[in-house]
Amino acid sequence: MQAITREQLINKAVALLADGTVKYVLGWKKGEFDYDITPAVFETAEELNADFVWNDFCGANFSKYLVAKTRKLDGKILVFLKPCDTYSFNQLLTEHRFDRDKVYAVGIPCNGMADIAKVKEVCGDGISSIATEGDALAVTTIYDDEPVKVAVESVLAERCLNCKSKKHVAYDELMGEDGDTLDSNRFDEVAKLEAMTPDERFAFWQNELSRCIRCNACRDVCPACTCEKCVFDNPTSGVENKAPANSFEEKMFHIIRAFHVAGRCTDCGECSRVCPQNIPLHLLNRKFIKDINEFYGEYQAGAEVGSRAPLVNYTTEDLEPGEVFDRRDTNA
Amino acid sequence: MRKCSLDSLNAVFAKIAEAAELYLPVNCTDGSAAFSKWEEGKEWSNNLNTVKSPKEFFFPQTEDLVAFKTSGKNIEIIDTRKEREDFVVFGVRACDVKAFEVLDNVFLLKEPYDSYYTNRREHGVIISVACNRPADTCFCKTFGIDPADPQGDISVWKTADSLYWQANTERGAALLEKIADLTEDCDTAAVDAEKEKITKIMSKLPLANLTTEGWGAGKTQELFDSPIWAEMSEACLGCGTCTFVCPTCQCYDIKDFNTGKGVVRFRCWDSCMYSDFTKMSAGQPRLSQKERFRQRFMHKLVYYPENNNGLFSCVGCGRCVAKCPISMNIAKVMKKIGGKENE
Ligand code: SF4
Ligand code: SF4
Ligand code: SF4
Ligand code: SF4
Ligand code: SF4
Repeated sequence: MQAITREQLINKAVALLADGTVKYVLGWKKGEFDYDITPAVFETAEELNADFVWNDFCGANFSKYLVAKTRKLDGKILVFLKPCDTYSFNQLLTEHRFDRDKVYAVGIPCNGMADIAKVKEVCGDGISSIATEGDALAVTTIYDDEPVKVAVESVLAERCLNCKSKKHVAYDELMGEDGDTLDSNRFDEVAKLEAMTPDERFAFWQNELSRCIRCNACRDVCPACTCEKCVFDNPTSGVENKAPANSFEEKMFHIIRAFHVAGRCTDCGECSRVCPQNIPLHLLNRKFIKDINEFYGEYQAGAEVGSRAPLVNYTTEDLEPGEVFDRRDTNA
Repeated sequence: MRKCSLDSLNAVFAKIAEAAELYLPVNCTDGSAAFSKWEEGKEWSNNLNTVKSPKEFFFPQTEDLVAFKTSGKNIEIIDTRKEREDFVVFGVRACDVKAFEVLDNVFLLKEPYDSYYTNRREHGVIISVACNRPADTCFCKTFGIDPADPQGDISVWKTADSLYWQANTERGAALLEKIADLTEDCDTAAVDAEKEKITKIMSKLPLANLTTEGWGAGKTQELFDSPIWAEMSEACLGCGTCTFVCPTCQCYDIKDFNTGKGVVRFRCWDSCMYSDFTKMSAGQPRLSQKERFRQRFMHKLVYYPENNNGLFSCVGCGRCVAKCPISMNIAKVMKKIGGKENE
C-alpha cells in the first residue's frame, strides 16, 4: 500500500487548481481494469474525482511528458513525482528540455510498484478486479471463487526491487515523509554478466534481443531520449531503420541507444517496464552506470541539476584507454 | 472427429514434422510464448497466446523483395523469391485465425496478388486450438468470433487428458490422414462439453459486453471530428507496440538497404503511429499524434469495414490491450467514442 492516499492527492490537486497555482494536473487515470492506468491531463475537480487513481500500479514516470506538455499547455502544470521520477526530472532540466517555471512539482513517497505480469504469473489470466488490502493485493479472477491474496512485495517490479532511492531530489512541495538513498543491489545482475565469458555474454544478449519487435517503446518512453528527431527515424542519418535488415542491425539499435543515454540515464527503469517482450534493457544501461562509477567515481545522473556528467567532463585524472583495456582483461 | 491422448502429443508432433516444418507456441526464457519450429524436446506452451501474432508466417516483419547488384555501369536485378516449403502452424487461437482473413482481403484482393504473401499462404496449414482459459484482455466475441469453435484447416480442442482434432478443409483432412495411426475416431461429446464451458467463461470476461455499436462503415463523418480523440491520444507515445503486436495490422514500408556492393530492397512492417508513416514529398499527412492515433482506430473500425463488407479489422485478441505502455487501447476507444451501449 502507498503511504499517501488517492484522496490526499486529489485534495492537493484540487486546492492547487482552486488557488490558481496550477491550471493543469498531470496524473494517473483509471482504465478498464484496475491495473491499466494511463497518464492524463486533468483540469477540474470533477475530472480528478471521477478518474484520478493512485495505487500500486501507477508506474508511469511523468517527467518526460513535461517536455511536450510545457510547450503545448498555456499554464502551470502540477506533476506528481515518485522519488525515481525526480531524477529524470532533474536530468531533463540539466539538458534544458522543459521550462521549470511552468511546472509545480509535488514529491510523493512510493513503496514500490507492482508488476502486473508478475501478478498474472501468480493468479493466472482472467483478472476481474484487484483491490489493495494493506500490504497485499486481493486479486479476483473469473476462474476462482475467492480472491487470491498476493503480497505486493512478492510482485514488485524489477526496478522497485532494486530501488536506488526513496529520496526526492526535486520538488516544490513534498507530501509525506522523504526517504533516503538506498544501498541497492542493482549492480548484482551486471556483475553476473561481467563474470561471463564473452561468448556466454553474447549468447545471453542474443537470446534476449532476439525477442525484440523493434516497437521503439523503450526509446519513446525513455526520459533521456528526447531528441527532436531520433537518428533511427531520420532517413538522412544513414542508420535509420524502421525494421532491422538483419540481427546485426537489431543489436546495433540497442547498443547505440545505450551509448546515447550513457551518463544521462538515471536508471528510472521505464524501458524495461514498457518492453512488451520483457527484455532486461536496464542491464545494458546499468553496465554503463557501473563502469562510470568505477572509472570516474560515483556519479548519479539527475541527482542534481546542472552537474557535469563524467563522460562530457575531461579532467587530467581521467583514466587512460589502456587502463580500461587492462581492467577489461581482468574482468573477462 | 479424431482424438489422441496428451501423452502422445510429442509423437504426433514428430509425425507432423516428418511431413512439413511444424511451428507451435513455445515458452521463451522470460516466460512469454513465441512461435518456434518444433524439434524433439520442444514443448507446447501453456500460455493463452504468443506476444507476436502468427501473421508473421505470411507477412513477416521484414522480407527481401528484390536485390540489385552493380558492377561498373551495369545493374543486375536479382529475384530473391523462393518457393516456400510446406509448413504447419499449430496452436493458433480463433482470433488470430480470423486475422488471416483480414490480411487476405488486403494482399489477395485482386490480381496481381501479392506473390510473397500468396507463396506463404499456399504452403501453410493452420491448426487452430480452442481457448480453455481466455484472458481478461480478450474480446473476440465482440467481433463475432467464437473461441470455442476456432476455424483454420484443422480445429483442435484440449481437455484434461486428450486432444480432439477436426478437419475443416481438404488440406486439413490430408494432414489428419498422416497422423491417423496416432489418433482414433471419437464422438463429439467431450468437445461439446468443452465448448459449453468456454461459452460460459466468455460471458464472464470483463470485456464480455463490449459492442461495436456506433462503429462501422459510413461512420467517418460522425466520428472523425470527435473532440474525444485529443483526450484519448494525449499520452500516446507513438511507439507502435500496438501495431506490431496486432495480428491484423497490415501496413508496410519498402526500403533499400545498402550492402556496400549493391542494394537489397526489402519491406518491413510500418505503423500509422509513426511520424513518417505515409510521408510523401508534400510532407506527412497526419501532423500530430492525435491524427496518427485516430488513424489506427478509424482504420480498424470504420475504413476497413467500409471497404470489406462490414468486416472489422480488429479481432479482439487483446494484445494491444495488454501491451500498450500507457494502457490506451481499442477497447477504451470503442467505449468512449463509440455508441451509447458501451457506457
Ligand atoms: S521496447 Fe522491447 S521490443 Fe520494443 S524496441 Fe524496445 S527492446 Fe525492442
Ligand atoms: S497507443 Fe500505446 S502502444 Fe500504440 S503507439 Fe500509442 S503508446 Fe504505443
Ligand atoms: S487492435 Fe488490438 S485487440 Fe484488435 S486485433 Fe489488433 S492487437 Fe488485437
Ligand atoms: S493504418 Fe494503422 S491500424 Fe491500419 S493496418 Fe496500418 S498500421 Fe494498422
Ligand atoms: S481473444 Fe478469443 S480467440 Fe483470442 S485468445 Fe482470447 S479467447 Fe481466444
